[in-house]
Amino acid sequence: MAASKSEKSTFASIPELVAFNALNIPNSPAYREKEYGIWQSWSWSEAAEEIDSLALGFLTLGVAKGDYIAIIGRNRPHFYWSMIAAQSVGAIPVPVYQDAVAEELVYVLDHCGAKFVLAENQEQVDKVLEIKQGLKALEHIIFLDNRGMRKYDRANLHDFKDLQNKGRDSEKKFTKTLASRRKAIKSSDVCVMLYTSGTTGRPKGVILSNHNIIKTSEASSSFDKLNANDNVLAYLPMAWVGDFIFSIGQACWTGFCVSCPENTETMQQDLKEIGPTYFFAPPRYFEGLLTNVMIRMEDASAVKQFLFSYFMDHAQKIGGNLLDGHSVSVIDKLKYAIGQLFIYGPLRNTLGLSNVRVGYTAGEAIGPEIFDFYRSIGINLKQLYGQTEASVYITQQPDGQVRSDTVGIASPGVELKISDSGEVFYRSPGTFVEYFKNPKSTKETKDAEGWVATGDAGFIEAETGHLRIIDRAKDVGKMEDGHLFAPKYVENKLKFFPNVLECVVFGAGRKFCTAFINIDLNAVGNWAERNNIAYSSYQELAGHKNVYEMIKDHINETNESLADDDMLSGCQIHRFVILHKELDADDGELTRTRKVRRRVIEDKFHDLINALYDGSSEVYTETEVTYEDGTKGAISATLAIADVTPVVQKGKAA
Amino acid sequence: MTATDSYQTPDGRTIGPNVMEMRNISLRFAGVKAIQDISFDIHEGEIRAIIGPNGAGKSSMLNVINGFYHPQEGEILYKGEVRKPMKPYEIAYQGIARTFQNIALFKGMSTLDNIMTGRLTHMKTGMLEQIIWSGRAEREEVENRAFVEHIIDFLEIQTIRKTPVGRLPYGLQKRVELGRALAAEPSLLLLDEPMAGMNVEEKEDMSRFILDVNDEFGTTIALIEHDMGVVMDIADRVVVMDYGKKIGDGTPSEVRNNQDVIDAYLGVSHD
Repeated sequence: MAASKSEKSTFASIPELVAFNALNIPNSPAYREKEYGIWQSWSWSEAAEEIDSLALGFLTLGVAKGDYIAIIGRNRPHFYWSMIAAQSVGAIPVPVYQDAVAEELVYVLDHCGAKFVLAENQEQVDKVLEIKQGLKALEHIIFLDNRGMRKYDRANLHDFKDLQNKGRDSEKKFTKTLASRRKAIKSSDVCVMLYTSGTTGRPKGVILSNHNIIKTSEASSSFDKLNANDNVLAYLPMAWVGDFIFSIGQACWTGFCVSCPENTETMQQDLKEIGPTYFFAPPRYFEGLLTNVMIRMEDASAVKQFLFSYFMDHAQKIGGNLLDGHSVSVIDKLKYAIGQLFIYGPLRNTLGLSNVRVGYTAGEAIGPEIFDFYRSIGINLKQLYGQTEASVYITQQPDGQVRSDTVGIASPGVELKISDSGEVFYRSPGTFVEYFKNPKSTKETKDAEGWVATGDAGFIEAETGHLRIIDRAKDVGKMEDGHLFAPKYVENKLKFFPNVLECVVFGAGRKFCTAFINIDLNAVGNWAERNNIAYSSYQELAGHKNVYEMIKDHINETNESLADDDMLSGCQIHRFVILHKELDADDGELTRTRKVRRRVIEDKFHDLINALYDGSSEVYTETEVTYEDGTKGAISATLAIADVTPVVQKGKAA
Repeated sequence: MTATDSYQTPDGRTIGPNVMEMRNISLRFAGVKAIQDISFDIHEGEIRAIIGPNGAGKSSMLNVINGFYHPQEGEILYKGEVRKPMKPYEIAYQGIARTFQNIALFKGMSTLDNIMTGRLTHMKTGMLEQIIWSGRAEREEVENRAFVEHIIDFLEIQTIRKTPVGRLPYGLQKRVELGRALAAEPSLLLLDEPMAGMNVEEKEDMSRFILDVNDEFGTTIALIEHDMGVVMDIADRVVVMDYGKKIGDGTPSEVRNNQDVIDAYLGVSHD
C-alpha cells in the first residue's frame, strides 16, 4: 500500500503529500496543540479532512486561482491547514509576522494585493480593519477566535469554523472544482510567498515554488534521517522560512508531528511536555536559556553547585567527543555516565531537550562556550547557514563534524562559490523563483545561471570544506588606514559576554572603531543585585559607573583577542557608549528577526556617533520610542562616553 | 424609565428587566448610619456601578446586596421576590458571586485550584463519593475542570495555571479572583473595587475582561469603583453615594452633569 520513495519524489505539491500521508499513515499524529490545559491532537486523516473542508469553504467565498491569502497569527494547526487549503484551491499563502505594526502590515498586504486575510483574534482583526481603507483588494477577513467580536459587522468577516462548516455543507457543489484545482497544481507553481524582514529598505516578497520546497524538504530530511516518528515544537514566527520548511515542508514530506504551544509565554513549559526530537532555535534562545541556568545555579545549595561544576568540567572535556563518536577512555565514560544520572539528564529534561536527536541553530554566530555547553551535556546541537531565498539550506554540519566557528559543508544539492570580492554565492534546487513585483532586485541577487548572492563575506576552509562566514559583505569595509573593518565579527565577540545583549560597532573610513552597547537587563540586573547596586530603571542601570567598568573589561578582553588576529587587529574598540534604551524592532532599529539595522541606527543616533569621535566625555540625547500599541514618546538622557586603551599587537611593540 | 422596563444602551445592547431592587435600605452599625434610605435597581445584563468618595458606604451597600449585612430597614427584591435574611452560602446558591477589595484567595493553592473552588456550588457528589472516587465523582471532576479551563483561557492566565497565587503580582491575583467568581456561573456578579491598586495597563486589561464577561456570558455586573474614569467608560448606569446617601443615579453622562455629584467629588466653597 505504501508508495515507494521514488513515487513520492514525483509529487508536485504539498496537498499531494498530505493526501499521501492520510492514506499511508492515517492514524499517526500530524498536528497537536495545547488548548484548555490538554494536548489536542489531529491525525493525518483528520488533518486532511480539516484542510478539505476549509478548502471547500474558500471556494464558497470565491477564492480564485492565483489569489493571495495573508495569514496573521501565532503558530496554530489551523493556520498550517489554512496554508495547505489555500494551495489546494490554487491560491498563494502569505504568512505575515504577527507582531508587525499597522504600517508594516499595510505595506505587505497592499504589495501582494491580498484578497483574503486570516487573522488569529480580535487584536489582529482590529489591526486589519484599521488599515482597510488603504487595501483595495481586500475582500474577506477570516478569524479563529471569536472572543470579543460579537458586535462586529459580519458582512465580510467570517468565523474559521463556520467557514469550514459552510465548506462541508457545499461539498457536493464544489468537490469537483476542488479536485480539478488540486490536480492542476504544477511543480513550478508558487508554493508560498514569504516577506524577508529586510535589514535594509522595504521587505521583499520571496516567491518559492513547489519544486523549491519539496526538493529542499526531501534533501534535508534525508541529510538528518528525519522520519514519521520525529516531532517538533512550532514556536518560531510563521512568516519565517524556517518554520515553513520545518512545520509544512519536512512535516508533510516525512509525516512527523508538529506541536503548537498553548501560547507564546508557555513555550518553555510546553517544550518540556512535548520533548521534541528535532529542534531549531536561534543562538539568542540558547544564550538566554544558559544565562537562566547559571543564574539559578548561583542560588542553589553548595552541594548542588559543587556537583554541577565538577560534572560540567568533565562534560566539557569529553561530552563533545562522545557525541562526535571519538574514542574516550573507559574511566571517563563511566564518570560521564554518573554525571548523566545526576546532572546532564535532569538538566536536559528541565530544558525540555531530553529527546533532541537533531538540534540546529542559525541566523547569527553562536558563542563557542554556549555551543560547547549544550553539546557537552549530550544535545546534538549543530549549525546551519541559510536564507529565505535558498528555502533555508545553504550549508549545514553533518553529525560528527560539528564546530562552533564554521557553518558546515554545502547542503545536499547545493553548489557554492566565493566571488573575487569574497562574497558567498550558491545555486541549489531550493533557489527562489523571484522577488514579487521586483525584477530589479531579482536581477541584482540572482544571475542568469541561477547563482544567488548571499550578501555575506566568507571563505571555504581548504582542508575540511567547511564554510566560514566573516560578515555581511556590504558591511565589510576599510578603515582610514586601510585596515579591514568587519563590524559583525567584533559585535559577535562582544555579544558572547552574557552582560552584552546587543552592540553596534562603527569604524568604516574612520581612524578607530567605536561601539554602542546594550546591556542584558537579566544578567546585569542579577549582577547588580549580588553586588548591592541599587537602580530604579534600565536607563539608570545602563549608566551606572560600575556597569561601565564591567563593560570596559569585556571590551579589553575582546581587544586582546582581536590583537592576535592579523587581519582584524585594526577593529579594536577605542571608545564606547552604553545606550539608554534597548534597540527594538518596533522602533525600526532591529529587524523582526532581531538583526541590527545599521543604517537606521547610524541615522537615528548620529549625535552619539559624533560624540564618540569628537572626544567629548558625555553627550545629551533625545530619542523617539514607539510603544507596543503604536503610540510614540520620547526619552532623553545624558550618556557617558568611556575610553578604552587598545592593545598593541604582539611583535609590533616598539 | 420605570423600574421594570427594558432599555437600549447607546452601543446597541438590549438590557432586560430588573433582577434586583433595593427599596429604602437603611443600615446602622450601633449609632453610625452607614446607609440611609437608598433605593435603586439592577437590570438583567447591565453593568451597574456604585461610586462615591471614601466612607460613602459603597462596600456596605455591596455587602447588603451580597446578603452579608442585613439592613435594619427596607427590603430587597431579587428576581421579583422579597429576600429574607440569608446566610452567605445560600446567596451563592442563588447565583450571586463576588470578588473582594482585599483579595481573598487561598495563597498556597495554585491558580487552577483556586478557580476550582468556585465550582463548589455546582458539585453534587458528597464527600464519601469523592473519597471512593466513584464514576460519578470522576465525571463531575472532569466536567468542572473543563469549565475552569475555559475560564483560564478566557482570562488568558494559562502561564500561571500551576503557580501558587501567593507568588503572583497583585494584578494577576485580581484576575484569578475574577476567575473564581466566574467559575460559579453567577447570574449576578459583584466586584468590589476590581481595579484598586492597579497600574494603567492592568486597569485596561481588567476593563476589557469585565466588558467581555458581560458580553460573552450575559452576566449582570454590579461593581464598586473609585476610579471615575474607568466607571464612566464601562458602566451602563451609575449610582453615586456620599455619606450613606444616594446623591445621583443615571447614565454616566447624566451623573457627570449632576451638580450634587460634582460638589461631592470636587468639593464646594463655603462662603
